[in-house]
Amino acid sequence: MFKVTIDNHTIEVEEGTTILQAARMIGGIVVPPAMCYYSKLKESGGKCRTCLVKVAQGSARDPRPLPKLVASCRTPVADGMVVQNITSQEVIETRKAIVEFLLINHPLDCPVCDQAGECDLQDLSYDNGKEESRFEEAKRSFRVIDIGDKIQLHMNRCILCYRCVYTADQLTDKRSHGILYRGDVSEISTYIQTDVTNDFSGNMIDVCPVGALTDKTFRFKNRVWFLNPMNANRSCSKCSGKVTAWMRGGEVYRITGRKDQFGEVEEFICNECRFEKKELSDWTIEGPRNIKRASVISQNHYEKSKKPSVILPLENRTVSLDEFKNGSNNEIQL
Amino acid sequence: MLLNNHKVSLSGRSKIVSNKDMTFAEKIYLPAIIAGFGITIHHFFKKKATIQYPEVKRPIADIYRGKHVLKRDDEGRERCTACGLCALSCPAEAITMIAAERKEDEKHLYREEKYASVYEINMLRCIFCGLCEEACPKEAIFLTNEMVLADLHRSDFIYGKDVLVEPSDKRVDISIRQTPEVLSFKKDKNQTHNR
Ligand code: SF4
Ligand code: SF4
Ligand code: SF4
Ligand code: FES
Repeated sequence: MFKVTIDNHTIEVEEGTTILQAARMIGGIVVPPAMCYYSKLKESGGKCRTCLVKVAQGSARDPRPLPKLVASCRTPVADGMVVQNITSQEVIETRKAIVEFLLINHPLDCPVCDQAGECDLQDLSYDNGKEESRFEEAKRSFRVIDIGDKIQLHMNRCILCYRCVYTADQLTDKRSHGILYRGDVSEISTYIQTDVTNDFSGNMIDVCPVGALTDKTFRFKNRVWFLNPMNANRSCSKCSGKVTAWMRGGEVYRITGRKDQFGEVEEFICNECRFEKKELSDWTIEGPRNIKRASVISQNHYEKSKKPSVILPLENRTVSLDEFKNGSNNEIQL
Repeated sequence: MLLNNHKVSLSGRSKIVSNKDMTFAEKIYLPAIIAGFGITIHHFFKKKATIQYPEVKRPIADIYRGKHVLKRDDEGRERCTACGLCALSCPAEAITMIAAERKEDEKHLYREEKYASVYEINMLRCIFCGLCEEACPKEAIFLTNEMVLADLHRSDFIYGKDVLVEPSDKRVDISIRQTPEVLSFKKDKNQTHNR
């Protein structure tokens, strides 16, 4: 077991854990934001640099700091490592710059974009970004293309996190899309517009942190904050059938995987559940999902909040130490 | 205890009522009636509090918040992109809309690839706070100094796009409602949406 200290919280983790995973075990505001790392996808991470942190002490044996900020999603911890995330001014400044870089070619599409309201990039720039842009040159622009009849690709909005490529690689039997070209002009694409039709290809939509890959069956149907995310399930031969049904009244507008507090799906779901089952009768509705109060999705929902367990009588308290540290751990990040 | 009730008056303005007999002058009432006429006649010569509406109208502020308008841009395309932010910000939940995708041959009608095919404001719910105007990222909705008039049926107060969108030939001037900062922002060619 390695002992590591992140923003003055010390935790013991197993060898080989990355700094980001260790921070997620601590939870709360010490967790660095991640745009490209996805714990369920092997090899992901290391692309976007939003998770940069400062290592103030390399290890107990060699207490020198690391010379540069490191990507926490790809750096394993060492015994006695001391990491600074939000306690380091350097990290905060750098993160600001990274957001500016991510937005250099990013269009101001949010009013039109179906991802708005649940977009990691919106949250990231809201938390860390600047209000104005210093970029004066023309932004790169691409045509909108359909990859398959259910998924639409807005390359303008892509931040090249590679998550969708890993998803296609690791979840489906035949990968039919990837990254073409290099540098500034690189783009996600299928070569000569092959359809992407694997059973699990729809998960690309869920893993995409921005609105580059969107669900065509939900395109412009509604804005996410007017919908109620409900836990729903059905028995499915291909996947677990556990999904989030985005509903309004008795109507199911779209189906997504269930996302946890770090914005990652708990289980990947199949295309049949995602695209074809849009009737209320297809699903068993378990009940509303918990939504972070700060999320726009909780607007106008008037849900009754649960009494925090600390004000219950002592014998009824069920709050565990983890729960206490994370606020409430069944809140999801949306 | 009861007699001392006035002492615990919370406002401190209660009066003690006495039942003493009236004097002769009070009993004949005439002086009081004449004094009353005096007050009435005095009001004939005072400035009137009422005006002759609708011939005369009270002045209203330049940025009075009345009926909404959905603006078109310089080329006559509807600005609204059905982003839903106005409906989200509306404390009275007066706004509803349905979005649609612009077709190839509709580029001269709508500014963005998405537009509101239905846009309704329930004027009975609206409290004319102007938050929708503040929220709109596309400078599409503004409140104007036109009043919302009375009507006979509740359903007539649900204003649709036919009432709200400004006619191309009768544009509504809202420049007075926009601060110089907003106006200069709109001219800034560095902003993609102005190109
Ligand atoms: S991807 Fe996110 S930041 Fe980009 S336009 Fe869509 S909602 Fe806005
Ligand atoms: S003025 Fe206020 S109450 Fe009326 S529609 Fe706009 S936001 Fe809603
Ligand atoms: S009026 Fe403005 S805020 Fe409302 S939907 Fe249209 S663009 Fe969005
Ligand atoms: S999340 Fe670590 S570099 Fe992108």
